[in-house]
Amino acid sequence: MKSNQNPQQLQNKVPDEWFTWRGKNRHEQELVSRPSLSYWKDAWRRLRKNFLAMSGLIFLILLVLMAIFGPIFSPYDVNTTDYPNQYQPPSSEHWFGTDSHGRDVFTRTWYGARISLFVGFMAALIDVTIGIIWGGFSGYKGGRTDNIMMRIIEILYGLPYLLVVILLLVVLGPSLSTIIIALTVTGWVGMARIVRGQVMQIKNYEYVLASKSFGTKTPRIIRRNLLPNTMGPIIVQMTLTVPSAIFAEAFLSFIGLGIQAPYASWGVMANDSLGAILSGNWWTLFFPAFFISFTMFAFNVLGDGLQDALDPKLRK
Amino acid sequence: MLKYIVKKLFIMVITLWIIITLTFVLMVSVPGSPFNSETNSNEIVQENLEKHYNLDKPYHIQYLLYLKSIITLDFGPSIKQPNQTVNDLLGRGFPISFELGIVTIIVAVISGIILGILAALRHNGIIDYLAMGIAVLGISIPNFILATLLIQKLAVDWEIFPVATWSSPLHMVLPVLALATGPMAIIARLTRSTMLEVLTQDYIKMARAKGLTPWKIIVKHALRNALMPVITIMGTLLAGILTGSFVIEQIFAIPGMGKYFVESINHRDYPVIMGTTVFYSAFLIIMLFLVDIAYGLLDPRMKVNKKEGE
Repeated sequence: MKSNQNPQQLQNKVPDEWFTWRGKNRHEQELVSRPSLSYWKDAWRRLRKNFLAMSGLIFLILLVLMAIFGPIFSPYDVNTTDYPNQYQPPSSEHWFGTDSHGRDVFTRTWYGARISLFVGFMAALIDVTIGIIWGGFSGYKGGRTDNIMMRIIEILYGLPYLLVVILLLVVLGPSLSTIIIALTVTGWVGMARIVRGQVMQIKNYEYVLASKSFGTKTPRIIRRNLLPNTMGPIIVQMTLTVPSAIFAEAFLSFIGLGIQAPYASWGVMANDSLGAILSGNWWTLFFPAFFISFTMFAFNVLGDGLQDALDPKLRK
Repeated sequence: MLKYIVKKLFIMVITLWIIITLTFVLMVSVPGSPFNSETNSNEIVQENLEKHYNLDKPYHIQYLLYLKSIITLDFGPSIKQPNQTVNDLLGRGFPISFELGIVTIIVAVISGIILGILAALRHNGIIDYLAMGIAVLGISIPNFILATLLIQKLAVDWEIFPVATWSSPLHMVLPVLALATGPMAIIARLTRSTMLEVLTQDYIKMARAKGLTPWKIIVKHALRNALMPVITIMGTLLAGILTGSFVIEQIFAIPGMGKYFVESINHRDYPVIMGTTVFYSAFLIIMLFLVDIAYGLLDPRMKVNKKEGE
């Protein structure tokens, strides 16, 4: 029946001297043993463990580096034609071969990367900017303003995206800037919806209430409390916007509304060489096609990885 | 429910109106008259042509006439192909494109759902990785590249399937494959993630406890709930398949609407571009509306919300 004794009574019977501290001393025990993890550090830690997402990230970093520095490694110019040397297979002279005009595919691939990535990143950046402003305002204001702003979004969302893009480009004429404009005219809607949803949810949390009760002004609440906490879904959405813009640009080159010569994006390069592949000159299509597909793949797996890493609820 | 339908209907009408107005504004702002001096040097001929097509009237009258013609489903003439109206082109091309689209949707939905279920049932198993590998590849490879690869391998190198034209079911295999892979991949991923979620729910445990066969649990209890998100993205998928068919029809030389549309873009045949865009947009917007209604009818939670609201 001893085990049923009141622990308080038991303690009174046993003097303190009988006990010694084992292991760490009292002071050390209270120390925080691991470095404290901020949200971003934690996300990065989890992302690093995701093999696929990391390979995607590394591929994209290499791609950006090659888009910037790639042409330096090549003695050939992007647009200089060299007809005696047309359709050269890949060799030590032309690493990726040459195309129907004798142009070096290696050089053109990196110039194409510049255009394709520029279109992708610019479209994503503009989408994010408009999306954050529109969605943030709509979600934070709520009520009637939100209602009207959301109806507008709902209507824009109903417009078939690529058809509107085609329509605009037919009238505006295809060029680098008009393509980016056309892609973002209705493209920001998805981002605005996500931001709004997040803001609506977060603005009711206690820490926002606490912040408000300290008398914080609205812009500061949006900047300090709301935006940082919506960043996760926004970044994930961005990793989807960039490849879809790159794909849309490639699609547009296919129907004759892509970037016009002398510029060449991957889409234009792939489109130009569709006929060539049937005559056996596979490399002219392979390299742009490979880089389009692999870039999309890299963004997709990176997006998946980020989605898991940036969601605190999935933390193990 | 009725309120929901009316609200959606209202938004659909406004969206339709916006796309029609947008096309009109863009058509008017295209530089130059559609009847350029290269073909008709005679001024009187040009004036008569403009009169015939109401181009001499002020913009608001033109706009009203345009609205009227769209509502009566008359999409106007083609400028570059004499004696052809947009309706002629639609009548010839659309049935083929429709057929291609329907077959693609059926193939994509069925194979996507099966792939998704298999992946979810074997979560983190070999089948799961395999299915998701296929799905990620399907999303990553643009359909025009896939189409070219298919032609190169299956039609030219191995001569298994014929390409070009649209004459037999065998001709449909490659274009449908090229077009369906992307949507299939999206459906498979979505089905997998929702299935995984649904399978942990209590009512599945309950069904198991009652001793139902796995087949019955999956089909009757899990799949029904897992399919709701698939229905919501049907509209987006339809739009993707439709625009995808522009490219696919071009590559496979299928005489569908997409092919005419791309030709009209290359020839800058503005009335055909505008007419087709309006037609396709209207088609998609109405589809989107139907998907919304179907979702409202199928999702039991919509009813619950309504009761709470009352």
